[in-house]
Amino acid sequence: MAQPKPNAIFAPWHDPAEKPLIQFKNVTKRFGDFTAIDDLTLDIYAKEFFALLGPSGCGKTTLMRMLGGFETPTEGTILLDGVDIGPVPPNERPVNMMFQSYALFPHLTVWDNIAFGLKRSDMPKDQIGDRVERMLKLTQLGKFAKRKPHQISGGQRQRVALARSLAKAPKLLLLDEPLGALDKKLRHETQFELMDIQETTGTTFVIVTHDQEEAMTVASRVAVMTEGKLAQVATPDQIYEAPNSAYVADFIGDVNLIEGTVEAKAPDARATDVAIKWSATEPAIMASAEIRPPAASSVTFAIRPEKVTITAQKPEAANVMEGKILDIAYLGNLSTYHVEVAPGVIIKAQATNSRRISRRNLTWEDHVYLSWTDTAGVVLTA
Amino acid sequence: MRRFSWFNATSLTFGFAFLYLPMLILIIYSFNESRLVTVWAGFSTKWYGELFQNEQFLDAAWVTLKVAFWSSTVATVLGTLAAYIMVRAGRFRGRGLFSGMIYAPLVMPEVITGLSLLLFFIAIGLDRGVLTIVLAHTTFSMCYVSVVVTSRLVSFDRSLEEAALDLGCTPFDAFRSVTLPIIMPAVISGWLLAFTLSLDDLVIASFTSGPSSTTLPIKIFSAVRLGVTPEINALSTIMIGLVTLGVISASLVSRATAKKERA
Repeated sequence: MAQPKPNAIFAPWHDPAEKPLIQFKNVTKRFGDFTAIDDLTLDIYAKEFFALLGPSGCGKTTLMRMLGGFETPTEGTILLDGVDIGPVPPNERPVNMMFQSYALFPHLTVWDNIAFGLKRSDMPKDQIGDRVERMLKLTQLGKFAKRKPHQISGGQRQRVALARSLAKAPKLLLLDEPLGALDKKLRHETQFELMDIQETTGTTFVIVTHDQEEAMTVASRVAVMTEGKLAQVATPDQIYEAPNSAYVADFIGDVNLIEGTVEAKAPDARATDVAIKWSATEPAIMASAEIRPPAASSVTFAIRPEKVTITAQKPEAANVMEGKILDIAYLGNLSTYHVEVAPGVIIKAQATNSRRISRRNLTWEDHVYLSWTDTAGVVLTA
Repeated sequence: MRRFSWFNATSLTFGFAFLYLPMLILIIYSFNESRLVTVWAGFSTKWYGELFQNEQFLDAAWVTLKVAFWSSTVATVLGTLAAYIMVRAGRFRGRGLFSGMIYAPLVMPEVITGLSLLLFFIAIGLDRGVLTIVLAHTTFSMCYVSVVVTSRLVSFDRSLEEAALDLGCTPFDAFRSVTLPIIMPAVISGWLLAFTLSLDDLVIASFTSGPSSTTLPIKIFSAVRLGVTPEINALSTIMIGLVTLGVISASLVSRATAKKERA
């Protein structure tokens, strides 16, 4: 789901010569006794579309408000282009923010809302008009320039807020749950618009969201946060395919988590092979890991439901489990089967409904086989 | 649809009669031809004409309007600032005490307020006149303005101010170009409220006025002691009109804003 890049793969975080645009250095933020951000260190690069993802209360909004200048870190420093922005008030930062409530000025027209920041910059008066027109065109709002915010729809308001925050051509644009108030269909369209605008303007975007699908769609990198810390910072596909902890695996998408212990390495096994004992009676799960966890250590095996194949006949595969269908969740394009493979152990398997439902051959209480390859899942030690 | 009920209709009639019948009688008799207030002798507007010949009444009216204008203006500035600070300052030690002190004049007996102001003006050696009435009216009407503006600010979306700062405003510029225009209807209705309160105040004005600065309510009160004349009726009718106008425009302003916000 990563965004397509026309040329070389965009990955400045792998280039040691690249200087980050934003650097959080051991930043801690406390509100009274409550620690919102806990000793956090993070680099964000120019032209990135960086998503802060996490449940409410994880500190993602605080992190963004510190970039905007509305909160100051209790400890640590935040550098923008190598300059400590801690003491810089919001009105002097080359940073603009798009607020969750949009915060459009109700007493001004769309045109005046967009021009608001420009009139307070050192831009010559005669250029302001051109710039506003450009922003109106970029966000397809030309027809609504004379309207007041309460005379336009939610989707249009969202675009006015975006145009207003982009008008001053900030080095960094902060988006606080920008699409939260839109309905699902409009949200999808707007996600792609946002990506287009980000690429056209070349601005660095930092987006805060609790919607994992949104983060996966738009972002070049995603930071999954929990309780004021970063759980994992990686590209969307890495977050999904190679989560570094059970928390991240569980937070992003649907996953089967099976706890077990690592068996001693068999003499004929490869260095990366891991056998996980998860039940006293069933055979061990065969998986692979780049760094083999020590024998007898407890691990969590994570596998996405769509990587589990469900069949009526016993297949040939590295892992095969036998079970009974307890439940079927029909989602239209997909069906998720809940299969009990051992007493109390349920594994979800997902299958594309490429045939009409009447021709489907699996149903409740059916005896089925689940199978997956040895590289389909991830072995998690945290 | 609610059904018509005789009980409701009767209580409504009596309630309104109790409230407004005396004023209605006053208004009717202000158009009385006769000099005798209680005897109807036909319709005439001559007392209004005579009223505008009466220098004393005109002077008092001019003083009243001056006092009302200046006290409501100063009260609006101070009351708005007080409301803004109380809403924005968040929690601090003694917050309850502070807000209590802002609202205390609302429930303070007017006689006490008037007396204490009188003693204060004597203590600092300020001669009583228009200035002292303006100061006195400012003190008590400021809290009304502050109540009206506070209720508006509580529902004010804080992120609007943050957006203004984010777009390059200094905190003062943000207040001037974003907060103030949005809360303006509340500020205006606060001003109108303060204006009407000042217009009809008798007790505090009589404590703080000097010989050269008689306000209309004081003038009427002292004139009535020598007997009610149709002129007084005419004058009172004009004042009722003015106060009604003030209250109606205050409520119209706030209703128009509420409508706009719902949209």
